[in-house]
Amino acid sequence: MPEITYSQAVMQAFTQEMRRDEKVFHICGGLGPLAGLIPEFGESRVRVCPISEDAYVGASIGAAGSGFRPIVSPGMMTFAFTAMDQIVNQMAKIHYMFGGQSAFPIVFRASTGGGRSAAAQHSQSPHPMFMNLAGLKLIMPSTPYDAKGLMISAIRDNNPVVIFEDQILAASQETSEVPEGDYTIPIGVADVKRQGTDVTVVAISKMVQQALAAADELSSQGISVEVVDPRTLVPMDKGAIRSSVQKTGRVVIVDEACITCSAAAEVSAMITEDPTTFQALKSPPRRVCAPDVPIPYSPIMEQFCIPDKNNVIQAIREVLA
Amino acid sequence: MTMEPEMLLDMYRRMVTIRTFDRRAVEEFHAGNIPGVVHAYIGEEAVAVGVCTNLRVDDRITSTHRGHGHTIAKGADVKLMMAELFGRTTGYCKGKGGSMHIADFGVGMLGANGIVGAGLPIATGAALAAQMDGNAGVAVCFFGDGASNEGTFHSSLNLASVWKLPIIFVCENNGWAVSVPASYGLSVDDVAVRGTSYNIPGVVVDGVEVLGVYEATREAVRRARAGEGPTLLEFKTHRWRSHAEQRGNPEDPRPQEARDSGPQHDPIAEFARRLTEQGLMSPSLLQQIHQEVEDSVTEAIEFAQSSPFPKPEDALADVFAP
Repeated sequence: MPEITYSQAVMQAFTQEMRRDEKVFHICGGLGPLAGLIPEFGESRVRVCPISEDAYVGASIGAAGSGFRPIVSPGMMTFAFTAMDQIVNQMAKIHYMFGGQSAFPIVFRASTGGGRSAAAQHSQSPHPMFMNLAGLKLIMPSTPYDAKGLMISAIRDNNPVVIFEDQILAASQETSEVPEGDYTIPIGVADVKRQGTDVTVVAISKMVQQALAAADELSSQGISVEVVDPRTLVPMDKGAIRSSVQKTGRVVIVDEACITCSAAAEVSAMITEDPTTFQALKSPPRRVCAPDVPIPYSPIMEQFCIPDKNNVIQAIREVLA
Repeated sequence: MTMEPEMLLDMYRRMVTIRTFDRRAVEEFHAGNIPGVVHAYIGEEAVAVGVCTNLRVDDRITSTHRGHGHTIAKGADVKLMMAELFGRTTGYCKGKGGSMHIADFGVGMLGANGIVGAGLPIATGAALAAQMDGNAGVAVCFFGDGASNEGTFHSSLNLASVWKLPIIFVCENNGWAVSVPASYGLSVDDVAVRGTSYNIPGVVVDGVEVLGVYEATREAVRRARAGEGPTLLEFKTHRWRSHAEQRGNPEDPRPQEARDSGPQHDPIAEFARRLTEQGLMSPSLLQQIHQEVEDSVTEAIEFAQSSPFPKPEDALADVFAP
C-alpha cells in the first residue's frame, strides 16, 4: 500500500470525490495544495476568493441550499472567526430552524492547533466551541488514513461537517499507508489506535501521537496503555470510549484545547455519568489540556502550554498510583 | 411598458394579501395567539411584489426579519405561513422557526433571517449556484438600510462583483434601522451610491409605486440573466408600524412625524388609483379582491388554530438531515 502524507491524503479524497460528483466544488481563501486540482477541474470548481470570510462562508450555505456540495477552506480557523455569524447563526441552525426542508451538504475545513510559534491568534484549538453549537458535525483526524476516509464521508454527508486539520499534521512530511482507492470511515466511530490493559488514554487530533509515544515509553516499564482516538467529536462514539474505560478502569484524556469546557471535559463527564463505567473506575479521570491562557509566542512558553508526551506519562502515573 | 391586465390584478392581489396577512398577524399577536415576535411589512408591499413579479419560481431569494411580504410575493402558501406563526406542526418549519425563519425552498424562498445582513452572503451563494447551473437563474437579496452598514453588505457586493454573479441586491430603505434613523446612521443619503465602490450599478427608485419597482427590477433581472452581473436597487419605502410588535405596548416608539409618514404613502391605495384610472379596476372588483383575500387569511388562521401543536420531544428531530 502506498505511503502518503496527511495533506496528500486529503487531496486524494478531493480528487476522487470531485470526479465522482460534479456538484462538489471548492470555495477557498487561498489555494495552497488546492492549486493542484485546477488543471483537472478548472477554476470554476476551485474558486479562490477575495479575503472576505463572512461572504464566502455564507456563500457556501447559499450554494448548498441550491443543490451544490461546497467544500469551504478559509485556511486557519482563526481567520474565519470573522465568519462566525454565518457558521453559528446560519450554518449550524439552517436545517433545523426551517424544519428540515432542505439539506445543506457543506464541508467546512480549517487548520487549528499550536506548536509553531504562531502566537495567540494563530495557535488556537477552538473545537470545544463548535461542539457546543448543536447542528454541526465535527471531525478531527489524526492520521493520513483517517483524514482521507473521513473527508470522503464528510463530502457525502448531507449536513454541514466541520473538519479541523491540525496545522502540524497538515504540514507534516511524515507518510503512512493509505489505500489508493475509494473508502469511507463512518462519522461518529472511534478508533483504538493501540490496545492495552492498564489505562485508557483518549487523545484528540495530534495529541494521539503524544499518547502513542507515551504508551511506547511506558510499555518498556511494564505499563500497558490503550490509546483511543475519538476521530469524530460530534457525534462522539461514547460506546467505544466507555467500553475501553470499563476494561482498564483508568483514564487520561489528552486535548490541546484550554482545559475549561474542553473536549476532554465532555469526555470525562460522559465517562463518569454512565453508572457502569463509573463503577469500573479505579481512580478519578484525569485531563491533560492546555492551561486557560492564550497560547504564547516564545517556544519555551508555548511548549509549556501545549500537552506533550511527558505530560501524558505523568498523568498516567498519577492515575495508576 | 405594457402589462397584461391579469398580471396587474395579480400584483394588486398579492399586495393586498401581504397587507391583510400582516394586519391579521399583528391582531393575533396582540390577542396572545402568536408567541415570540412579529415584524410587520405593512407599507412596503410594493417592493416585494414589484421585485418578485420579475422572478421565475426557480429563482431564489433571501429575506430579512421582516420577511412575510417577500415570502408571500415569492409564492408561498399563507396557510402554512400562519400555521408556522402559531407554532403548529403544519407550519413551514413544523413550528421550529416562527415568524423570523419562514422558508419555502419549493418556491425558491431560502429563508427569513433574524440576523441583520446575514442573508447577503447566502444569496450570493445562491447566485453562484445559478451561475454554475448555467440556466440563466438569478438570486435576489432583500435587506434594509441598516444592513448596508454591516460588513456582509460590503464583502458580499465585492464578491458578487468579482464573480459577476446573477444577483440583485434589493435595499428596502424605510429610513429606520430599528429605532436609529437612516439620516443619522448612514454616511450617505442613498445606499445605492455604495454600489460604485464595487463596480455595481446602483439605482434609487420610489418604493411606493409598484410599477416603478417592477420596471427597475426588470432591467436588473435582465442584466443578471444576460450575464452582465449584479445590480444594487434601493427602494425608498415607509414602515408603518414599529420595528417589532411589542406585547402589551402596541405604540411605535418613533417620533410622531415618522409614524404619520407611512399611511401618507400607501402603495396599495396608490396602485388602486392607477388601476381604476386605467379602467382595469372597478370599485366592485376592488371590493371583491379585498374580500377574497380577507377570507383566505381567515381560512389560514382557522387552519393554524385547528392544527396540532408539536409534541415536546419533536424538538429533538431535524438537527441533522438523513
